[in-house]
Order: sequence, then C-alpha cells, then structure tokens
Amino acid sequence: MAKIASFGAYIPLFRLSRQEMSDAWGVPAVPGERSVANADEDSLTMAVAAGTDCLAGVDPATIDGLFFATTTSPYDEKQCAGVIAAALDMRSDINTADFTGSLRAASTALRAAADAVDSGSADSILVVAADCRLGEPESMWEQLLGDGAGAILISKEGSATLRGFKSTAGEQLGVWRRSEDRYVRSFESKVEMKYGYLKSAVEAGQALLDNESLAPGDLAKAVITAGDPGSQGKVARSLGLAGAQVEDMLFMSVGNVGVPQMLMMLAGALPQAKAGDKLLVVNNGDGADAFLVEIDEEFSPVAGRKGLAGHLLQKRNLPNYTSYARFRRLMKVDDIDPRGSAVTYWRDINVVLNFHAGRCSSCGAVLYPIPRVCGECGTKDKIDEIKLAKTGTVFTFTLDHLEDGKYVNVPVPRLVLDLEGGGRVFLSMTDGDPEAVKIGMSAEVVFRRMHDASSFHNYYWKCRPVPRASS
Amino acid sequence: MGSMKDKTAIIGVGCTKFGEQWEKDAEDLIVEAAYEAMDDAGITPDDIEATWVGNLYDFTGLSGSVAAEPLKLFGRPTTRVENFCASGMDAFRNACFAVASGAYDVVMACGVEKLMDVGGSGLPVDMGHPVLRGSSAPGMFALAATRSFHEHGWDREDLARVAVKNHKNGAQHSKAHFQREITLETALNAPMIAWPLGRFDACAMSDGAAAVIITRPEIAKKSKHKHDYALTKASVLTMDVFLPMYREAYDWLGFPATENAAKQAYAEAGIKNPVEEIDLAEVHDCFTITELLNIQDLGFCERGEAAKFVREGHADVGGKVAINASGGLKCFGHPIGATGCRMLCEITKQLQGRADGAQVENARLGMAHNLGGPGSVCAVTILGLPE
Repeated sequence: MAKIASFGAYIPLFRLSRQEMSDAWGVPAVPGERSVANADEDSLTMAVAAGTDCLAGVDPATIDGLFFATTTSPYDEKQCAGVIAAALDMRSDINTADFTGSLRAASTALRAAADAVDSGSADSILVVAADCRLGEPESMWEQLLGDGAGAILISKEGSATLRGFKSTAGEQLGVWRRSEDRYVRSFESKVEMKYGYLKSAVEAGQALLDNESLAPGDLAKAVITAGDPGSQGKVARSLGLAGAQVEDMLFMSVGNVGVPQMLMMLAGALPQAKAGDKLLVVNNGDGADAFLVEIDEEFSPVAGRKGLAGHLLQKRNLPNYTSYARFRRLMKVDDIDPRGSAVTYWRDINVVLNFHAGRCSSCGAVLYPIPRVCGECGTKDKIDEIKLAKTGTVFTFTLDHLEDGKYVNVPVPRLVLDLEGGGRVFLSMTDGDPEAVKIGMSAEVVFRRMHDASSFHNYYWKCRPVPRASS
Repeated sequence: MGSMKDKTAIIGVGCTKFGEQWEKDAEDLIVEAAYEAMDDAGITPDDIEATWVGNLYDFTGLSGSVAAEPLKLFGRPTTRVENFCASGMDAFRNACFAVASGAYDVVMACGVEKLMDVGGSGLPVDMGHPVLRGSSAPGMFALAATRSFHEHGWDREDLARVAVKNHKNGAQHSKAHFQREITLETALNAPMIAWPLGRFDACAMSDGAAAVIITRPEIAKKSKHKHDYALTKASVLTMDVFLPMYREAYDWLGFPATENAAKQAYAEAGIKNPVEEIDLAEVHDCFTITELLNIQDLGFCERGEAAKFVREGHADVGGKVAINASGGLKCFGHPIGATGCRMLCEITKQLQGRADGAQVENARLGMAHNLGGPGSVCAVTILGLPE
C-alpha cells in the first residue's frame, strides 16, 4: 500500500491584515490576515519551496516522479512539473505531470501517485501543490484568498498508509475562471454551498466512512478543505464529527489557498498524529475526493523541515494594500524587457536550475558558473559537477537602485554569498529589509521568477535573510 | 618579452568638450577631435596611414567605419577596438605596435562615444545571459567599496574627498563635463545610486571624442613638436576575470588587472619608485572607490592607505602624484571609447606645459590608466618627454 514518507509546506513570508484591504476599499473587513506571495513568486516557485521543505533529509535522486497541482500555472502550454523537478535537482528519467483545472487537483495528483506506487510503476512520487489566485479588487474574494504551497512524498515506505479512495464527480456548482479571466468567479454563494460544496463533500466523506465501516468517533482528525470555516463546520457536522476533530483550515492566518490547502492541512495534522490514528481527508472542487490516512508510526521531526508550523511562525507584515497591489501587478507599470534566450537558459539547466557548480579535480577550487578551463589553475576539462549548498554568508554587497537601467526607489540588495561547503555566488536579495543587510549575515537561497525576457518565465535563484520565527 | 619603451611618440593631440552634446552626433565629435589632433601635429588626413578607433556602445555593427566613414579615411586600414573602458587606450596600444614594427610611419588612435543619445541613467548592462547577470556598473564597484569599508574602516567621506578633489581640478578645465567645484556635504547628501555609492561617487555619463597622432621618435624629431613630443615609456594591457563576484579567492580590495599592468609597465619604463618618479597620473575614477583602489594597485601607497593618501593631499595638484589633474572621469566625463585617448591627450599637454586646466609644475613623467569590465581589463601607458 502507498505510504506517506514525508510532507512539507510553504507560506510566503508576507502577510496582509484584511483590515488593510477593507480600509483601502471602504468595504467590511473579514477578521484575520492572509498570506501574500512576493512579486517574484508564483505557483511554480512556491511549489519548489514546499518540495524543498518536504525533501529535507531525502535524496531527490531516489524519487521516481513529480506531480504538480495548481489552478494558477504560470504557463497555459508548458509543463511546470519538469521545471520544478529540475529546481529540486531530481533525476530526468522520472514521470512528471501537471494536474490543473480544479481545486481538487491536489487529491487527484495524490491519488495518481498512490496508484502508481500501488501498481509498482514507481517506488516514490513527490506531489507538490501551489496556488496564487487573484480575487477581484474590492471584492471579498481578495480578503478571503491566500497564497501558499504544500508537498507530500508518496512512497512504498513511510509512516502512514493511504487507503479507501472515494470520489464524487459530474458537473458541479462552484467557482471557476474562464481562460480569459484574471479573477475567481462564482454564482450565488448560498446555492454553491448547498448544491455544490456541501453536497459533494458530504457524499464523498460518507461513502468512505460507510465503505470502511467507520463511525465518526473512530477518526482522530478530519482534514476537510473549505473556502471558509463556516462551510467546513457544516460538512463536519453532516458527517457527525465534533469540532475538535476538524483540522484548522488556516483561514485566520493564511486564507483560502486553493489547491495546496489539503496538503498544507495534512502538513499541519501529520506531526500531531499518533500511531494507530485514522485521519479522514475530504478535498473539494468540482466534486470531491475522500481518503483515509492510517498512522503506522509517529512522524518524527526532520532537521531542516519547517513544515506548516515553522512557516506559520515566520512572517513579515505588509504595511498596506498598495504593497499587495504592487506584488500582484494590479496597477500597470511599464515593463522592463531585458534580453533573454530560452535556448541559453535550457543549455545551462545544470547551472541555472539544478544549481550545480564545478570542482576542479586538479586544484579543488569550486567554480560557478561551470567553466571549461579552471579559473584558478588553468586545468582544462577536469571539472566535476557538484551540488551547491542553499545557505551561506554575505561576503560583500551593494544596495542597487538601478535595475536594468531603470532607477528604483527601493534598492535591490545584490549579495556576494559564500556558500556553506564552498562556492561563491552573486544573487539578488528578496523578501528581506535592504537596510538590515550586513557583511557576515546568513542568507538562504530561494527559487524565484527573475523576469520575463523573450516572453518566457526566466526562473533563477535569489537569496533572503534566513527568516526568524516571530514571537 | 620585448619592450615598447621609446619606440613610439605622440606628436599631436585633440579632444572635444566632454559632456551632454545633444546637438552633435558621433560624426561631429570624431571629426572635431581628429582634425584638432592633425592640426596639432601639422599634418593632413592624407598623412594618416592607418587608424585604430576605440568604441564600446555606440555604433556596434559599424566596425572600422566608426572612424573611417566620418573622416573619409578610405584606401587605408581602420580597425575598431573594443575592450570595455580601456577601448580607447587599447586602440593606442595597437597603433603603437604597428608604428614600432615599421609598417607605418604616421597613424592615428582615437576614440568616440555618444552615450547620451540612449539616455543618461547609467550604462546599459547586458552580460549576454538571461539570468546569470551582474548588477549595474555602480553596483559592481560598490561591492569593492563595501568590502573596503569593512576591511580598512573607510567611510563615505573618504569617497567624497575624491569627488571634491576631482571637481576642484575639473572646474579649471574648459573641456571638462562639469565646470564647478563641490563641497563634501553636497557629495555626502546626494541620492544613493548603489550603496555605498551616491550620485557624486559616480562619474559623468558623457559624449565626447579624443585622438592622438603617433609616429616613431626619429620622425617626431622633425615634427612640429620636435622638442616636446611625448615618448611612450610603457604600454601595457592585462586581462583578468570577467565575473569576479563568483570567484571565491577574490578579496574585493583591489583589482589584480591593475596590479599586474602596473608591475609590467614599471618594468618596461624602468621605474623603481612610482610615487617618487611619476609626476601625474590620469587614473580610471569611474567611481570614487575605484580611484582609491587604483592609487593602491598602482603602487602609490600601501593597501589600506589610499584614503589617507588623498586626505593628506598627496593626490592633489602639487602633491606627491597629481591624480586626475584634469578632473578625471568623475568631473571630466567618461565617454567610454574616448576616455583612454583623452587621458593620453591630457598627459601629453601636461608634459608640454600647456595643460588646459590645472598645470602640474615641471611634469616629466605621466601615467594614464584605464580599468574596465569591472576588473576584466586594465591598460597602463606611461609617457615621458625626450631627454
């Protein structure tokens, strides 16, 4: 049976109080705050971050596939899973696929992964999910949504077993976006709730309980995805579950994150689960999927895996709605169009996406980007490809007000970073406060979208100050 | 390795006003500079047997026609030289080799750049790779400033002093881009460009052209400048790493390209104690930090001592070595391809005692220095008067 070997989450560092959004438009405020992806983040980069979190302590070369689930793929035509797998430094002889089009895409991907493992076609598959959906400005959607990502490693070996998959399908009432729509659309919410969400979630959940001959009291926890806590409560009550059994949907701290919600909630529930626990998962979107997670043994903490709890603790508050609007490009500004080449980008995948350097086998120097001739000893073609670490310290830096020839008021810190274990890189800093940069500061390397030269998403690495958990 | 010492001589120099030349194009600029140099040498375009032209941004794709077309130098060779900020001085170096070989008797080295037509907010930076990029030009040199602050305890005032000195010199030069002095406060309070470099730490974005006429000493002795032609004592160019920010072994406290070029140039010219023997130096102060590092890399003082060297007035006109008596790139301006030849014009006129601006008394030996890329290339030329 397919097992859960690891899990991970990612929440962008920035949070915006919903009160700020309410103040900006003069509309009622929903309580709490939401997460906001930085301007250089999208579903693909957040999926890489969650995947990295999930793979703490796991050799990416051992994984046989990567499935990516989202409704906000940066590409309508081009697979993102392959890019994510390359950024995670996975093998290239693996099965990759994007699951899109429905808020249920994460459970679709997870079930496909479990089926692959059960069938023996793969030993392990990493499922990553991310979304960065846009609510129409001034609408409540803007306050309700949040950005984030989750990941889960499905494998033959693991601490929890997946079983009992049940689904409800068919044409459903619910949210949608046509290919030309920027913002989430919906019908009358009461109708969608009663005949869409509630009906399908309860059907799938109940079918599983009946099939497995489980009473609500047999469940330690229920991971029920929802757009808001009220809807989630209605599903729980219909299934006979008590409030304490229901896993937090992160409404107050993150928002309705869309596709990754199920994986983020699992990342919240799994560290708490005890051996023998049964967890019901009900994931909704154009119908519903339900499955059971049986805990075989407790998930012990893994060094370097922040999970959901770790990511919830680290945050920076956005000062106002304008910052959100700038991040999501709600106001049109003139684009900078640097020169680009999809061919150059592709040719340098080992340097650009895998983040590999060279080590001269003659003098030992770590060389990045990888040259033909060693810059330190002049030896030709005796350079071994090595992985670079994703943490380092600042050797020197500048706070640059010029970006591709355009003067910007908030400078971009550009850091010369000495990486742990060798190698020196030159990266722009993101997420952090330019004023706080100092020589000797620790920084972590993160995957971000650099620019769109040649009408192509040019992804690369930036760095950010290692986030500290806020008290 | 052989030597260029005393094998070539400059017998004519010409330089346009540097600055925002909105009403002139590159043709106007190069014609003005070249004809001024030919007049100074007492020759006509028919006497020019071959030409080298330094040019970086403007005209790329025009090749040798950058100079041959506006000057109508047809039926003879013109070679366009591109080598970052040393393009102009490398044009001169190649011209010298041709003359020294005996292939030509009289040649021209010139340089031109028309930067302002494409905007004035910093040089276009394009590393040719979609994501492995440098920062802006000030951003690259700022990395060295940050590290020098950290290691030597220098601060923004040490940088500002360089700008104040160079503006004081440039204000006296009719062809300099800026014609005014500045105070320490003005420099320190200017907006940031790339911390710790502010607007007054950066050289001017300028248009301009410069030209020199080169021949062999035996012909120079019969020229209009038979008594005061400028002899080439050394002409050196070195290359170094293009992407220093990725090099683990690099300390960011100086530029190996300059250190190596200086060593070779001093050996070629037979200079034992540069700070005592060299009377003036036009050094590449694209940014104030660069001038401080140049002063050290050229051996005028020890590492870590350049800020003190400037603070104590040793770099002033009348000091130990007059550094950038013209105002330097900072105040005189920096039309990339023209700068190297402009420096050679300046040194030549200083040696001849006819400097346009602040004259260095009794100047016998002068140096011109370019650094570019940011540390990929360095050119050093040493000129002296005939005995």
